[in-house]
This record gives sequence, structure tokens and C-alpha cells, in this order.
Amino acid sequence: MDQVAELLVLTLAAGTPLVFAALGELVTEKSGVLNLGVEGMMLVGAVTSFMVAATTGSPWLGVGAGMLAGAALSLVFAVLTLSLMANQVATGLALSLFGIGLSAFVGLGYVSIVIEGIAPLGVPGLSDLPLVGKLLFGHNPLVYLSLALFAAIRWFLYRTRPGLILRAVGENPQSAHAIGFPVVRIRYLAVMFGGACAGIGGAYLAVAYTPLWTEGMTAGRGWIALALVVFATWRPWRVLAGAYLFGGVTLATFQAQALGVTVPSQLLAMLPYLATIVVLAIISRDATAIRLNAPASLGRPFHPGL
Amino acid sequence: MTDAPRLHLAGITKRYPTVVANDGIDLDVRPGEIHAVLGENGAGKSTLMKIIYGVVKPDAGSIAWDGKRVAAFTPARARRLGVGMVFQHFSLFETLTVAENIVLALDHDRAGPGLPARIRDVSERYGLPLDPDRRVHSMSVGERQRVEIVRCLLQDPRLLIMDEPTSVLTPQAVEKLFETLRRLAAEGCSILYISHKLDEIRALCHRATVLRGGKVTGECDPRHESSTALARMMIGGDLPHPRHRAARPGGAAMLVVANLTLPAADPFGTGLHDVCLGVHAGEIVGIAGVSGNGQAELLAVLSGECRLADPGGVVIGGVPAGRQDAGARRALGLGFIPEDRLGRGAVPEMSLAENTLLTAHRQGLVAHGFIRNDAVRAAAAATIKEYRVKAGGPDAIARSLSGGNLQKFIVGREIRQRPKVLIAAQPTWGVDVGAAAQIRQALIDLRDAGAAVLVVSEELDELFEICDRIAVIAQGRLSALRPASETNAAEIGMLMSGSFIAPGTHGGRQFSPAGAIGAD
Repeated sequence: MDQVAELLVLTLAAGTPLVFAALGELVTEKSGVLNLGVEGMMLVGAVTSFMVAATTGSPWLGVGAGMLAGAALSLVFAVLTLSLMANQVATGLALSLFGIGLSAFVGLGYVSIVIEGIAPLGVPGLSDLPLVGKLLFGHNPLVYLSLALFAAIRWFLYRTRPGLILRAVGENPQSAHAIGFPVVRIRYLAVMFGGACAGIGGAYLAVAYTPLWTEGMTAGRGWIALALVVFATWRPWRVLAGAYLFGGVTLATFQAQALGVTVPSQLLAMLPYLATIVVLAIISRDATAIRLNAPASLGRPFHPGL
Repeated sequence: MTDAPRLHLAGITKRYPTVVANDGIDLDVRPGEIHAVLGENGAGKSTLMKIIYGVVKPDAGSIAWDGKRVAAFTPARARRLGVGMVFQHFSLFETLTVAENIVLALDHDRAGPGLPARIRDVSERYGLPLDPDRRVHSMSVGERQRVEIVRCLLQDPRLLIMDEPTSVLTPQAVEKLFETLRRLAAEGCSILYISHKLDEIRALCHRATVLRGGKVTGECDPRHESSTALARMMIGGDLPHPRHRAARPGGAAMLVVANLTLPAADPFGTGLHDVCLGVHAGEIVGIAGVSGNGQAELLAVLSGECRLADPGGVVIGGVPAGRQDAGARRALGLGFIPEDRLGRGAVPEMSLAENTLLTAHRQGLVAHGFIRNDAVRAAAAATIKEYRVKAGGPDAIARSLSGGNLQKFIVGREIRQRPKVLIAAQPTWGVDVGAAAQIRQALIDLRDAGAAVLVVSEELDELFEICDRIAVIAQGRLSALRPASETNAAEIGMLMSGSFIAPGTHGGRQFSPAGAIGAD
């Protein structure tokens, strides 16, 4: 039984970067902005956090720096698309490519460095309880943070007035403007929140999950996060489930390799991505649910003067 | 009514690069008064209302509220003073509930936990029943208007602006709305009522200000004026009357739809149920109904944008055309004037000549796969001349034309192809009175030339003016066709609320008969 608990802990650990990145993107998209730069923001967050952690010796400072770096990169995106009216898809793609290149460049000198990462929580006594000990008290602190973030975003979006305003802006910016809400300012905040979350997701990879830096270490998780949001039809709990599904299948492929399954490792490495997309595509076919949850103005520029 | 005016406008002027929308407008609205602003499209009504609501800043002139001059009128300022507006194109959020939509528009302190109860309370007091927990997308246009009105009422308005509120209502619902407005006025609320429907203004309003070309051309008590006199003030001349020829029954059936049932493809759309329709050569058939009751779906099936599995589902000129696409149906002699001028009727960024080519390419405008540019330009020029389209010529960009002129051009383009069957959706929507009369006359002339014409419209007056037979569409079902001379607006209005549908046949999410204001 302890093995099951162990596997669940590892599944959550593997899914957590996606939880951060996808929940952040969910908030951004709910405001009607499509930011395809998640992969780039995650990588920049990862490399920044690693550099700060390696320099200062504090992985927590690293997480904070990663968050700020992600937010800063998303601010560039926001200025280009919200103020200068650049195309969101093209700008987002460029942001990803920029982030991939930038992180590889500034991270060159840090490739073989080993740091002290953020270790899983260990509550003396409690963590050693059979079965529930590990499951409740044995996670990495950032895993708890991601779950708190999930709860906070659900509460914010569906229980608070600012959350309602955010959804209204994403659905119909013209009407929201006519009622008197500052559409562009709200979208700026949503984009930067998404960037900060992507930054934390990257930081989690670099200073907690595998405390080291390698070029392109997000391995496409930013793109999966984007797909998660769409296939989860913009609903937070489905994002969470999708992220853990991805984590679980990732884990299963490691186990399969360890057990000596004779499938080429490249094929096994594809499996988490494939499984996540297939499952989510199957459960997201309800057209009404999509229309009800999708932000109707997604990707469309809004100019208050028109 | 001798108090100081609630709202006083003096010398309001607003210039746009090509046009002076408002030219020195003076307007007084007294407390408890229902004041009509009357004028054709383009007369400057909308600009004036936007100035009062604070969305547009005037170039000159002053605004006073309760006798005190207000320096800068912004939307927030206007709302704090108590200006409420019911928009012509609603400003609601479809995926949110009624209560959420209302909360968004209220100030923080008014949007407390007791709001659902207050929504019920206000909506019942004014005879506008609403369920706060329903989502807006499942509501009919009339119900949505109720949400907008209740939303304004909860802000305790002292001036309510209604922009063409009756265009989406059945005649019975219009009566209900008028009762609500009279009641509000009796309680001291001022109402600015914008419309071009003269009968409504005569029935409802205490005073009327008439605009033409951005200027005030008259002020009167509409209760003591005839429609003819009001129209003369509005358009500066007499309304043209259509020339009619007696119907000639016995033409061949040119457009036939038999027992068409089609589930809605869009979850927010309307499914069609057992629709039967036959349009004969030499007649105009009208389909009335409140929008959102299946008109868009039926038109898509008829035009070929939505293809059927059954070839016999739509028969054009005796040929089963259910599986054919829009181009193939045009080759059979079908002409189509869509509701949406910019986007479906014409490509906004293209010239009129290029727009002519889009549907008229079979009229000798293409030779061996090459465009005959001279012929295309000549065809566009001929359409412009024949239909008196005010445009810079065949090379004018479609978007640069006013709504009425572009619509005249599209109607002309279709009619000049001499269609055997012409389908026109809302042919005069948003078109000024003069152009509307011209378009209706063109449709009548086409009928007299022997074509079968189908007109889908929300304007009952228009249908009674030009149609030989009329049916009503409600909840995706079509009523039986009846001769226009044997029915009247009251009867059609009853049908529009779905009275012809047998009880218990409602399927899925449909627009309910309670759709229109107070119709339940």
C-alpha cells in the first residue's frame, strides 16, 4: 500500500508544473487573451530561478525570481498585443521562441551546476504514518502551493465580483467597456498573472522537481499546458485532472523503462503527451459546455475607442 | 409639467470627418415626460443618445441636469446622475445568468446578497417576469430586453433612454412595454424614446423632437399630429406609396420545402420542426416572427449554406436541390439577399464591381476562366444607375457606402440577374425610409415580372405592405400560409408568440412563447 501512496505522490509531483502553467493560462484566456508564449515563459522562469538559487543558495528566492521573470516576459506580450494591437497568435509564438533561445543563452554557464533544491515536506511523526502519512504530508511544498492556487482560482473566478468581471471581459469586451470596466487594464493583469504562474511552473522544474538546469528542460510542457486549457474547456478542475493524468502517464513510462519494456524510449516519451490529448479530446466534445465556458472574445483585439 | 427640465441640451454639435452628425441641437426633457426623438437612420439620433449617455463627447454645446450645468459627461457620471440606457443591440453577457448580468452593471453597494430577491421584486412590480438564475443565452430577444430594462430599473433611473425598443417585440408585447413605460413616467422618471415608427410615438409619447440631417426640424405633440405630418417633418416630404398589382394566382411552385425537420447545429441555435413552405411564381410570400425563432436556420437551408442529406428537402424550380451548395442553387435561378449586408451580402473591403462579380459571374462576366473587367464594371455601373445608389462609382469600396445605399446595391445586383426565385432576409433593416420604399417597390416589380419572392422580416408593416401570403415562424415551426388580405397584425402577432403550436410539442431548449415582454 505504501507503494501506491508513493506512486500518487510522484504523480502529483510530475503534474505540478502543468498545474501552475495551465491555471495561469486559464486566467489569461478567461479574460479573452490568448498567450501562446507559455513554453517560453516557463523556460525563462526556470533558468532565472535556477540562476538565483545557485547564486544566493536559496531555492525559495529562486522561485520568487522565476515568478517575476515569467511576469516580466508576459508584460512584453501584453504591451505588444493589448496596447500596440499586435496579433496575439504571432506574438505568443514569437514569445515562446524568444524564451527558448534566451533561457538557453543565459543558462549556458549553469548547465552542470548542482544546487540544493526545495525538498519534499517532512513533518516529523506525521509523514511516517502508514499510507496517509506520505500522501498528506510528504509532498513538495510547491505542490501544496499549486493546490492552494487551484482552490483560489476557482473561488476567484466563480465566487467573487472581480472574477465575474474578468469572465465578462473575456466574453464581451465591448459590453464590459460600455458598462464602464477598464477592459485593457483587466487584461494586462490577467496576462501578467498567467506569466507569473508559468514562471513558477518553470521554477518548480528547475529548483524542486529536478534541481538542475538543462537547455529546454520544460520539454514541451508549455504547449501541453495550452492544450490542457482548451481541452479542459476552460474549467479549473478539469485542468487539474488533465495535469495529473499527464503526470501519471509520465510516471508509468518511467516504470515501464525500469522494468525493461522493449519499446523504444522515444515512443514511450511520447506517451504522456499523446494520452493527455486523446483523453481530453474525448471528454471535451460537448459543444454546449464549450460555448458556455469558452471566453467568446478569445484572441480578438479590443480597442476601447472603436 | 412646469418644473425645470431634467435634461437640457443647448447647441450640441458633433462633427465627424465626413459628416456633421449633430448640428446645434437643443432638447428639453421634463420630469415624468415620455419624449420621442424621431428621425430616419442617419439623422443623428444615435450620436445624440451616445452624447447623453456620456460615451461620445460633443464638440460644442452644453448639457444641464436639473437646471445645473454638467461640465464633463462621462458614462460613469451619467449613470451616477441616473441615466439608464436600453441598447438597441443588447449589451448582455450570454454565458452569464440574469443575476450576474445585473450585478455587473450595479455599483458595489447596490449589489448585495439580497439582489435576487430585489430582481424578482422589481420585475414583478413592473410586469416583467424574470428568473434571476437563468442564463441569458437560453432567452429570447424579448426576454433579453426585459433583463436590460430591469437592470436599468434597479439603478433607480431618472432618465431612461430606449433605443428602438420595439423592433424585437410582438405587437402584444409592445402594448405591455408601453404600459410599463407609462407607469415609470407616472412615477416621475423621464423617458427618451427613439424610434422611426410613427404610430408608436403617437400612441406613447407626450412630446416629440424631430431630427433630420443632424438638425432639429420640428417639435410637436405627437398625440395631436397625423402620421403624415410627422413623416413630412422626418423625411422632408411625403412617404412614397408602393404601386401594387393584383395577385395572379396559379403560378408554378418555384420554391418548395416539405416537412423539413433539422436539429440545431449550434447549441444556442433553434432547430426546425416540420417546416412546409411553397412559393409560387408571381407572388411574394412573407415570413414574420421574432428573431431567433429559426429564421437564420431556415434561411441557411434555403440558400444552400446548410446542405441537407435529402435532395428533395428543398426544390427550386422543380429541381431537387437539397444537397446542392449555394453556387449550384444560384445556377438554378435562385437569388439571395442575406440579412447581414457587410460580411455576407458584400465583402466590405472590396469594390462594388468586385462584389458584383461574386454572385453575378454567370452573367457573361467571365470568359474562359478570365474576368472580363470591363463587363464587370459596366454591370456594377448599371446597377448603381438603375437603383440610384449614392456611391463614387463601380470602384467605391463596399464599406464606404451607407447602409441604405449598400442594401440598394445588393438588391439591385440580385434582381438584375433576373432570378426565378428571390429570397430576401430583412431587406430593409436599418435602411432609411426612402431607400426602404425603393427596395420594396423593386421586390414588387420583380414579382410582377413573374418571379417567386420570399421575404423574411420582423417588420409586420412591411410584410403587409408587399406580401400576397404570410406565414409566421415561432420556435422553429412555420404556421400555415394565409393570404395577407384575410389576416391582420393582431392575428399574426398571436401566431408570433407561438399560439399555433400544439401544446406538449416543445422539444429541447427552445425559445419559449413567453419570449416577448410580458407575453405570458
